[in-house]
Amino acid sequence: MFDLALKIALLGASLSMVGFLYRLIKGPSVPDRVVALDAIGINLIAFVALASIVMDTGAYLEAILLLGILSFIGTVAFAKFLEKGEIIEDDRNR
Amino acid sequence: MIAIVEILSALFLLMGVFLFLVSAFGIIRLPDVYTRNHAVSKSSTLGILFILIGTLLFFFHQHGHFDFRIVLAIIFIFMTSPVAGHLINRSAYHSGVKMWDQSVQDDLKKRR
Repeated sequence: MFDLALKIALLGASLSMVGFLYRLIKGPSVPDRVVALDAIGINLIAFVALASIVMDTGAYLEAILLLGILSFIGTVAFAKFLEKGEIIEDDRNR
Repeated sequence: MIAIVEILSALFLLMGVFLFLVSAFGIIRLPDVYTRNHAVSKSSTLGILFILIGTLLFFFHQHGHFDFRIVLAIIFIFMTSPVAGHLINRSAYHSGVKMWDQSVQDDLKKRR
C-alpha cells in the first residue's frame, strides 16, 4: 500500500512539474518566469525526498538542503537584478 | 504501531503532492503575476513541508533514527520561501508589470 502511495506521489509531482514548465515557457513577463523557476526548485526538493524514499537510503538528504539554499539565493539575485538593474553595486556611497 | 506510522507517512506524502498539484493549477489558471505568486509561494511551501514530514516519518520507522537534516531543511524552507515570494512580487511591481485589468485596489500607486 505504501508503494502505491509512493507511485501516486511521484506521478503527481511530475504533473505539477509539467504545469510549472508550461508557465516557465509561456509566461508573458520575466517575473512570471522567476516565479515558475522558484516553484521548480521547490519541486526538485520533493523529487529528491521521494527518490531517497524509493532507494531507501539517507545519503541524498544533503541535496535537499543544498537545493533549498541555492534556489533561495538565485531568486534573491533575480529579484535584485529586476529591481535595480545590477546585482552587486560598485558604488560605495549609497 | 508500525503500521500506523507507515499510514501517516503515506498520508503526509499524498497531502503534499495534492498541494503541489493545487499550486500547479493555480500557476496555469490565474490571471496575473501577483495572483500566481500568491498561489505558488503559499501552497507549494506547505506541500514541501508535508512531503518532508512524510520522509522524516518514513526514515524514523524504517531505520529507527531521527534525521535532523530533514528538520533543518523544514525550518530553512519555512523561513526562506515566503521571503523569496515577497521579493519577486516587489521587483515585479517596481519594474512595472501590470496588474489584472479587473483588480480594484492599488495601494502603492501614489508612492510610485
